[in-house]
Amino acid sequence: METSYQHPSPEGYYGRFGGAYIPEMLFPNVEELQARYLQIMEEPAFRQEFNELLRDYVGRPSPLYLARRLSQAYGVQLYLKREDLNHTGAHKINNTIGQILLAERLGKKRIIAETGAGQHGVATATVCALKGLECIVYMGEKDIERQAPNVARMHMLGAKVIPATSGSKTLKDATNEAIRDWINHPHDTHYIIGSVVGPHPYPDMVARFQSIISEETRWQLKEKTGRETPDRVIACVGGGSNAAGAFYHFLDEPQVELVAVEAAGLGIHSGLSAATTALGRPGILHGSKSIVMQTEDGQVVEPHSISAGLDYPGIGPLHAHLFDSGRGKFLSATDEESVRAAFKLAQLEGIIPALESAHALAALDQLDLVNGETIVLCLSGRGDKDMATYMKQLQMTNGANYE
Amino acid sequence: MSKIKSVFVPGKAGGILNVYITAGYPQLNSLAEILPALQDGGADLVEIGIPYSDPLADGPVIQHSSTVALANGMTLQLLLEQLSALKDRLTVPVILMGYMNSVMQYGFEKFCADAAAAGVSGLILPDLPEFEFRKEYGAVINRNGLDFIFLVTPETAEERVRRLDELSNGFLYAVSSSSTTGSDKDMSAVIDYLQRLKKMKLKNPVLVGFGIRDRQSFAAATAIADGAIIGSAFIQSLENSSDPAADTTRFLQSIRS
Repeated sequence: METSYQHPSPEGYYGRFGGAYIPEMLFPNVEELQARYLQIMEEPAFRQEFNELLRDYVGRPSPLYLARRLSQAYGVQLYLKREDLNHTGAHKINNTIGQILLAERLGKKRIIAETGAGQHGVATATVCALKGLECIVYMGEKDIERQAPNVARMHMLGAKVIPATSGSKTLKDATNEAIRDWINHPHDTHYIIGSVVGPHPYPDMVARFQSIISEETRWQLKEKTGRETPDRVIACVGGGSNAAGAFYHFLDEPQVELVAVEAAGLGIHSGLSAATTALGRPGILHGSKSIVMQTEDGQVVEPHSISAGLDYPGIGPLHAHLFDSGRGKFLSATDEESVRAAFKLAQLEGIIPALESAHALAALDQLDLVNGETIVLCLSGRGDKDMATYMKQLQMTNGANYE
Repeated sequence: MSKIKSVFVPGKAGGILNVYITAGYPQLNSLAEILPALQDGGADLVEIGIPYSDPLADGPVIQHSSTVALANGMTLQLLLEQLSALKDRLTVPVILMGYMNSVMQYGFEKFCADAAAAGVSGLILPDLPEFEFRKEYGAVINRNGLDFIFLVTPETAEERVRRLDELSNGFLYAVSSSSTTGSDKDMSAVIDYLQRLKKMKLKNPVLVGFGIRDRQSFAAATAIADGAIIGSAFIQSLENSSDPAADTTRFLQSIRS
């Protein structure tokens, strides 16, 4: 049998990565998900409600846009998959819609989530409001200070935001706190993980919910170009959910190059970076075996990126396998390169991207592009949330003052 | 018979007391004072926590002790060196508790061999699941003569309790409620659960952990279970301690004297 990159083994392994390294206290919850997620996701009533919400609430299909001026600048046919136009401003909502419908069918009344920059927290608070379920979001104390507007959005949507004060007080610790909450609430609670990380079945489940991105890309590209597959797909990777979705229906077509772009921060070897595949080693984080940034003694280190959504010391096991097997090409972009790429997109196309998506754009400068090739780049989110960072850049370059 | 199992003498009064301490807490070299004091003060087993940056199954008190220990400079390698140096002074069985990532980075095989050589008798790795244990790690652990202790909770189905009991050696670790360490849960629910376990007539003795904090809760738990594990309450008693040995002795007296 030919191996598929899409599906993990029954125990949740992609190659040597994945699995469910969880304490016994989580076993009943995780086992219930493992036993039921596929069956629930395949129910016609589930499919119908999921598709209706994606269409009428999220605004899907998201456009596949031929960026003509940017294409011209690189001598390629560059299509942007416009996840930034989704409700709540990013791809994150594809997954939270799916998981809230799943939680409903599991009879759960209480929803918990972790968030870094607040995008996944907002997307979770949104679907909880939609379904009238209690919502508790764990967010690092430091991130709460840095992302006040998203904290306010979650509050306005009726969610409770609990600061994670342990460890480094950022995304990794918010995830730990959410897992501890789940341990302490074994019956009524569903944990909506925001990326393709965590114990099996989360990486597969989240990838399936996000796979709508590449599912649409195929027919949209066919409509526009006559062929379903591009030469390359480019996406940024923190935990890797938008990349998993953008790659999903191309994973088993080796002629399509899959380019994953990590955050290099101030530079891979600067000590302030989040380029996990360049700096990490195989290890276990948040319940799965993957590649983890850590000390020699196995202590997980705090990464750095200008983009809070990429500021994570691991990657999903699917991506670890794509890296390990050579199926994926892994690049990284620095803070500075990404900000530059964001300005370039803004000025050539009139689109202000999220800092995360700007990393994918920055990779265009690093690739040996073939004249006229077709590229799909996942524009995972919009830049409204990042205006403070962009304003700093404007102040530096034009001396503008926005005080 | 394993060294751990040998402490479970039939008819022993008062129940088995297992005390947990995070290595490197409150000071980098505190184990050298605390372990002999635990042994002399009547602890039947000692459980040593390997400090980790992301201890998922632990509550705030043990997390904090882990953070302090790491800041003190504790590493798994240093912990094993400290234990080797103490080996000849210790008769009490030593159990190491930690997370899989620490052990993986050290090298699983090498860890088991070095731990056994340092006098360790058993391992508790809460995030090593049954599937992986059967597939790969169980054989390595057993080959090195170490006991492996699985956790069970009130949510663990009876058939699964029996499977985990079969795979465990030394004792079975009954988490007193589905909770991280140090949480405050109703003791009467714990009692029902322990009675349920007792009726199963398991292969291993049962030690109850999580939520045992004082003489009363220890007595209540050990009235049914074979013994109990105290962690967070002991760690708390050592906070800001200038004499860990004396504070350890005092703590043990407060549990049973």
